[in-house]
Amino acid sequence: MEITTRGLWTLMHGMGFGALYLLACSGALVEIWRRYAPTDLSPINEREEAFLRWYLLAMAVLAWFAVLTGTYIIYPWYRAVPPVGTVNLTGYPQRLLLSNPATSGWHSIGMEWKEHVAWLVPISITMAFAVFNHHRRNLRNHPELRATVLSFVAISFLAAGIAGFFGAMLNKHAPVGGGPTIRVMEGAPR
Amino acid sequence: MSGTSTDTSTPVARAMTNGSGAAAVLAAAVGSFSLAVLAIASDKLPAIKSLMNFYRPTGPLSGVTTTAILVWIAFWIALVRHWRNRNVAMGRIGTIALVLLVLSLLLTFPPIADLF
Repeated sequence: MEITTRGLWTLMHGMGFGALYLLACSGALVEIWRRYAPTDLSPINEREEAFLRWYLLAMAVLAWFAVLTGTYIIYPWYRAVPPVGTVNLTGYPQRLLLSNPATSGWHSIGMEWKEHVAWLVPISITMAFAVFNHHRRNLRNHPELRATVLSFVAISFLAAGIAGFFGAMLNKHAPVGGGPTIRVMEGAPR
Repeated sequence: MSGTSTDTSTPVARAMTNGSGAAAVLAAAVGSFSLAVLAIASDKLPAIKSLMNFYRPTGPLSGVTTTAILVWIAFWIALVRHWRNRNVAMGRIGTIALVLLVLSLLLTFPPIADLF
Protein backbone atom coordinates (compact mmCIF):
# COMPACT_ATOMS: atom_id res chain seq x y z
CA MET A 1 0.00 0.00 0.00
CA GLU A 2 1.72 3.13 -1.26
CA ILE A 3 0.98 6.82 -1.58
CA THR A 4 2.96 9.53 -3.32
CA THR A 5 4.02 12.61 -1.37
CA ARG A 6 1.81 14.76 -3.61
CA GLY A 7 -1.07 12.41 -2.99
CA LEU A 8 -0.44 12.63 0.74
CA TRP A 9 -0.47 16.44 0.68
CA THR A 10 -3.71 16.38 -1.31
CA LEU A 11 -5.18 13.97 1.23
CA MET A 12 -4.20 16.21 4.16
CA HIS A 13 -5.56 19.29 2.36
CA GLY A 14 -8.92 17.78 1.44
CA MET A 15 -9.68 14.96 3.83
CA GLY A 16 -7.74 16.46 6.72
CA PHE A 17 -8.20 20.22 6.90
CA GLY A 18 -11.12 20.68 4.48
CA ALA A 19 -13.33 17.79 5.56
CA LEU A 20 -12.72 18.46 9.26
CA TYR A 21 -13.73 22.08 8.72
CA LEU A 22 -16.97 20.99 7.05
CA LEU A 23 -17.70 18.59 9.89
CA ALA A 24 -17.03 21.30 12.47
CA CYS A 25 -19.38 23.82 10.81
CA SER A 26 -22.60 22.23 11.98
CA GLY A 27 -21.37 22.22 15.60
CA ALA A 28 -20.50 25.91 15.51
CA LEU A 29 -23.80 26.85 13.87
CA VAL A 30 -25.86 24.89 16.39
CA GLU A 31 -23.92 26.19 19.39
CA ILE A 32 -24.13 29.87 18.38
CA TRP A 33 -27.78 29.46 17.37
CA ARG A 34 -28.88 27.56 20.45
CA ARG A 35 -26.81 28.84 23.39
CA TYR A 36 -26.34 32.46 22.38
CA ALA A 37 -29.94 33.19 21.38
CA PRO A 38 -31.29 36.26 23.19
CA THR A 39 -34.35 34.21 24.14
CA ASP A 40 -32.26 31.59 25.96
CA LEU A 41 -32.30 32.70 29.59
CA SER A 42 -30.22 29.86 31.02
CA PRO A 43 -26.78 31.08 32.17
CA ILE A 44 -23.70 30.29 30.09
CA ASN A 45 -20.86 29.05 32.23
CA GLU A 46 -17.16 29.66 31.62
CA ARG A 47 -16.56 26.10 30.51
CA GLU A 48 -19.15 26.36 27.72
CA GLU A 49 -17.79 29.72 26.68
CA ALA A 50 -14.19 28.43 26.58
CA PHE A 51 -15.31 25.40 24.57
CA LEU A 52 -16.80 27.51 21.78
CA ARG A 53 -13.79 29.83 21.83
CA TRP A 54 -11.37 26.91 21.28
CA TYR A 55 -13.76 25.31 18.81
CA LEU A 56 -13.89 28.43 16.59
CA LEU A 57 -10.12 28.89 16.89
CA ALA A 58 -9.59 25.28 15.75
CA MET A 59 -11.94 25.90 12.80
CA ALA A 60 -10.00 29.03 11.83
CA VAL A 61 -6.68 27.09 11.99
CA LEU A 62 -8.17 24.30 9.83
CA ALA A 63 -9.46 26.83 7.30
CA TRP A 64 -6.10 28.61 7.04
CA PHE A 65 -4.20 25.32 6.72
CA ALA A 66 -6.63 24.20 3.99
CA VAL A 67 -6.25 27.32 1.82
CA LEU A 68 -2.50 27.72 2.39
CA THR A 69 -1.67 24.09 1.55
CA GLY A 70 -4.06 24.25 -1.40
CA THR A 71 -2.70 27.50 -2.82
CA TYR A 72 1.01 27.17 -2.14
CA ILE A 73 1.70 23.41 -2.16
CA ILE A 74 -0.90 21.61 -4.30
CA TYR A 75 -1.97 24.26 -6.80
CA PRO A 76 1.58 24.66 -8.27
CA TRP A 77 1.60 20.89 -8.96
CA TYR A 78 -1.89 21.12 -10.46
CA ARG A 79 -1.02 23.96 -12.88
CA ALA A 80 2.48 22.75 -13.83
CA VAL A 81 3.25 23.28 -17.51
CA PRO A 82 4.48 20.16 -19.37
CA PRO A 83 7.55 20.37 -21.59
CA VAL A 84 6.80 20.89 -25.28
CA GLY A 85 5.88 17.61 -27.00
CA THR A 86 4.69 15.85 -23.84
CA VAL A 87 2.06 13.28 -24.81
CA ASN A 88 1.28 11.70 -21.45
CA LEU A 89 -0.33 14.48 -19.36
CA THR A 90 -0.88 12.36 -16.25
CA GLY A 91 1.48 14.52 -14.16
CA TYR A 92 -0.11 17.77 -15.36
CA PRO A 93 -3.72 17.75 -14.07
CA GLN A 94 -4.78 21.15 -15.43
CA ARG A 95 -3.50 20.35 -18.94
CA LEU A 96 -5.00 16.87 -18.76
CA LEU A 97 -8.46 18.29 -17.96
CA LEU A 98 -8.22 20.97 -20.66
CA SER A 99 -7.14 18.43 -23.29
CA ASN A 100 -10.61 16.89 -23.38
CA PRO A 101 -13.88 18.85 -23.89
CA ALA A 102 -15.63 16.34 -21.62
CA THR A 103 -13.39 17.29 -18.67
CA SER A 104 -12.34 20.89 -19.40
CA GLY A 105 -15.29 22.28 -17.39
CA TRP A 106 -13.87 20.75 -14.24
CA HIS A 107 -11.00 23.21 -14.62
CA SER A 108 -12.69 26.24 -16.22
CA ILE A 109 -15.60 26.24 -13.77
CA GLY A 110 -14.60 23.89 -10.94
CA MET A 111 -11.02 24.90 -10.22
CA GLU A 112 -11.52 28.53 -11.25
CA TRP A 113 -14.33 28.83 -8.67
CA LYS A 114 -12.72 26.69 -6.00
CA GLU A 115 -9.38 28.52 -5.96
CA HIS A 116 -11.09 31.81 -5.11
CA VAL A 117 -14.23 30.90 -3.19
CA ALA A 118 -12.23 28.82 -0.69
CA TRP A 119 -10.52 31.98 0.56
CA LEU A 120 -13.83 33.38 1.82
CA VAL A 121 -13.77 30.60 4.43
CA PRO A 122 -10.75 31.57 6.58
CA ILE A 123 -11.73 35.24 6.39
CA SER A 124 -15.27 34.49 7.62
CA ILE A 125 -14.37 32.05 10.37
CA THR A 126 -11.47 34.19 11.65
CA MET A 127 -13.96 37.03 11.95
CA ALA A 128 -16.41 34.74 13.79
CA PHE A 129 -13.67 33.70 16.21
CA ALA A 130 -12.55 37.30 16.78
CA VAL A 131 -16.11 38.49 17.46
CA PHE A 132 -16.83 35.63 19.83
CA ASN A 133 -13.48 35.98 21.58
CA HIS A 134 -14.26 39.64 22.22
CA HIS A 135 -17.95 39.41 23.15
CA ARG A 136 -18.18 35.89 24.62
CA ARG A 137 -21.46 35.45 26.55
CA ASN A 138 -22.21 39.12 25.89
CA LEU A 139 -22.98 38.09 22.30
CA ARG A 140 -26.45 37.22 23.60
CA ASN A 141 -27.03 40.92 24.17
CA HIS A 142 -26.25 41.75 20.53
CA PRO A 143 -28.79 39.75 18.49
CA GLU A 144 -28.01 41.49 15.19
CA LEU A 145 -24.28 40.86 15.59
CA ARG A 146 -24.97 37.23 16.48
CA ALA A 147 -27.23 36.82 13.43
CA THR A 148 -24.57 38.28 11.14
CA VAL A 149 -21.86 36.01 12.58
CA LEU A 150 -24.17 33.01 12.16
CA SER A 151 -24.79 33.99 8.52
CA PHE A 152 -21.06 34.30 7.86
CA VAL A 153 -20.41 30.85 9.35
CA ALA A 154 -23.26 29.42 7.23
CA ILE A 155 -21.87 31.02 4.06
CA SER A 156 -18.39 29.77 4.95
CA PHE A 157 -19.94 26.29 5.18
CA LEU A 158 -21.39 26.73 1.69
CA ALA A 159 -18.09 28.05 0.31
CA ALA A 160 -16.14 25.19 1.91
CA GLY A 161 -18.69 22.74 0.50
CA ILE A 162 -18.23 24.15 -3.01
CA ALA A 163 -14.43 23.97 -2.67
CA GLY A 164 -14.62 20.45 -1.23
CA PHE A 165 -16.99 19.16 -3.91
CA PHE A 166 -14.89 20.49 -6.79
CA GLY A 167 -11.68 19.37 -5.09
CA ALA A 168 -12.99 15.82 -4.89
CA MET A 169 -14.23 15.84 -8.51
CA LEU A 170 -10.98 17.36 -9.81
CA ASN A 171 -8.96 14.75 -7.98
CA LYS A 172 -11.22 12.06 -9.40
CA HIS A 173 -10.75 13.18 -13.03
CA ALA A 174 -7.13 14.36 -12.85
CA PRO A 175 -5.42 13.45 -9.58
CA VAL A 176 -2.43 15.40 -8.34
CA GLY A 177 0.21 12.72 -8.07
CA GLY A 178 3.92 12.14 -8.37
CA GLY A 179 6.92 12.76 -6.19
CA PRO A 180 8.58 10.23 -3.93
CA THR A 181 6.48 7.24 -2.95
CA ILE A 182 5.72 6.40 0.68
CA ARG A 183 5.08 2.73 1.43
CA VAL A 184 2.38 2.66 4.12
CA MET A 185 2.31 -1.11 4.64
CA GLU A 186 3.03 -4.36 2.85
CA GLY A 187 0.12 -6.26 1.35
CA ALA A 188 -0.16 -10.02 1.75
CA PRO A 189 1.37 -11.96 -1.19
CA ARG A 190 -1.19 -13.70 -3.44
CA MET B 1 -30.24 50.60 16.90
CA SER B 2 -28.67 53.92 17.67
CA GLY B 3 -26.82 55.03 14.54
CA THR B 4 -23.10 55.47 14.75
CA SER B 5 -23.04 57.65 17.85
CA THR B 6 -21.99 56.54 21.31
CA ASP B 7 -24.93 55.31 23.37
CA THR B 8 -24.37 54.49 27.00
CA SER B 9 -27.97 54.85 28.09
CA THR B 10 -28.82 51.14 28.06
CA PRO B 11 -27.50 48.36 30.30
CA VAL B 12 -26.34 46.49 27.17
CA ALA B 13 -24.28 49.43 26.04
CA ARG B 14 -22.71 49.75 29.48
CA ALA B 15 -21.85 46.08 29.43
CA MET B 16 -20.13 46.11 26.05
CA THR B 17 -20.41 48.13 22.84
CA ASN B 18 -20.88 46.44 19.48
CA GLY B 19 -18.30 48.54 17.60
CA SER B 20 -15.46 46.00 17.65
CA GLY B 21 -17.73 43.23 16.44
CA ALA B 22 -19.19 45.42 13.68
CA ALA B 23 -15.67 46.37 12.58
CA ALA B 24 -14.67 42.70 12.31
CA VAL B 25 -17.83 41.86 10.33
CA LEU B 26 -17.58 44.73 7.85
CA ALA B 27 -13.82 44.26 7.35
CA ALA B 28 -14.31 40.55 6.59
CA ALA B 29 -16.96 41.45 4.01
CA VAL B 30 -14.77 44.12 2.40
CA GLY B 31 -11.80 41.70 2.32
CA SER B 32 -13.96 39.00 0.69
CA PHE B 33 -15.38 41.43 -1.86
CA SER B 34 -11.92 42.78 -2.73
CA LEU B 35 -10.81 39.19 -3.35
CA ALA B 36 -13.65 38.67 -5.84
CA VAL B 37 -12.99 42.00 -7.60
CA LEU B 38 -9.23 41.36 -7.79
CA ALA B 39 -9.85 37.85 -9.15
CA ILE B 40 -11.97 39.29 -11.98
CA ALA B 41 -9.49 42.12 -12.63
CA SER B 42 -6.52 39.76 -12.81
CA ASP B 43 -8.44 37.50 -15.17
CA LYS B 44 -9.48 40.31 -17.52
CA LEU B 45 -6.57 42.72 -17.42
CA PRO B 46 -3.10 41.43 -18.39
CA ALA B 47 -1.40 44.26 -16.48
CA ILE B 48 -3.17 43.32 -13.22
CA LYS B 49 -2.52 39.64 -13.89
CA SER B 50 1.19 40.33 -14.19
CA LEU B 51 1.13 42.58 -11.11
CA MET B 52 -0.59 39.87 -9.03
CA ASN B 53 2.04 37.26 -9.85
CA PHE B 54 3.70 37.44 -6.39
CA TYR B 55 4.80 33.81 -6.35
CA ARG B 56 5.43 32.29 -9.78
CA PRO B 57 4.47 28.64 -9.04
CA THR B 58 1.02 29.75 -7.81
CA GLY B 59 0.63 32.57 -10.35
CA PRO B 60 -1.77 35.52 -9.99
CA LEU B 61 -3.77 33.69 -7.31
CA SER B 62 -0.91 34.44 -4.89
CA GLY B 63 -1.22 38.19 -5.43
CA VAL B 64 -5.01 38.24 -5.50
CA THR B 65 -5.32 36.45 -2.16
CA THR B 66 -2.41 38.25 -0.46
CA THR B 67 -3.70 41.68 -1.52
CA ALA B 68 -7.24 40.81 -0.36
CA ILE B 69 -5.88 39.69 3.02
CA LEU B 70 -3.97 42.96 3.36
CA VAL B 71 -7.11 44.96 2.45
CA TRP B 72 -9.08 42.96 5.04
CA ILE B 73 -6.52 43.50 7.83
CA ALA B 74 -6.07 47.21 6.99
CA PHE B 75 -9.85 47.80 7.01
CA TRP B 76 -10.20 45.88 10.25
CA ILE B 77 -7.52 47.94 12.01
CA ALA B 78 -8.96 51.22 10.70
CA LEU B 79 -12.56 50.36 11.65
CA VAL B 80 -11.63 49.07 15.10
CA ARG B 81 -9.82 52.35 15.81
CA HIS B 82 -12.98 54.29 14.94
CA TRP B 83 -15.64 52.03 16.43
CA ARG B 84 -13.97 50.29 19.39
CA ASN B 85 -15.88 52.11 22.13
CA ARG B 86 -19.03 52.93 20.18
CA ASN B 87 -22.38 51.36 19.51
CA VAL B 88 -23.01 51.35 15.78
CA ALA B 89 -26.03 50.52 13.59
CA MET B 90 -25.37 46.78 13.53
CA GLY B 91 -28.53 45.96 11.56
CA ARG B 92 -27.45 48.15 8.66
CA ILE B 93 -23.79 47.13 8.85
CA GLY B 94 -24.72 43.46 9.04
CA THR B 95 -26.93 43.77 5.96
CA ILE B 96 -24.21 45.56 3.99
CA ALA B 97 -21.66 42.94 5.08
CA LEU B 98 -23.90 40.03 4.07
CA VAL B 99 -24.67 41.59 0.69
CA LEU B 100 -20.93 42.02 0.06
CA LEU B 101 -20.22 38.42 1.13
CA VAL B 102 -22.97 36.96 -1.08
CA LEU B 103 -21.74 39.12 -3.98
CA SER B 104 -18.22 37.78 -3.37
CA LEU B 105 -19.53 34.23 -3.55
CA LEU B 106 -21.37 34.98 -6.80
CA LEU B 107 -18.60 37.02 -8.42
CA THR B 108 -16.09 34.22 -7.94
CA PHE B 109 -18.38 31.88 -9.94
CA PRO B 110 -16.73 31.85 -13.40
CA PRO B 111 -19.90 32.17 -15.57
CA ILE B 112 -20.82 35.34 -13.62
CA ALA B 113 -17.23 36.65 -13.55
CA ASP B 114 -17.11 36.19 -17.34
CA LEU B 115 -19.96 38.67 -17.76
CA PHE B 116 -17.53 41.52 -17.03
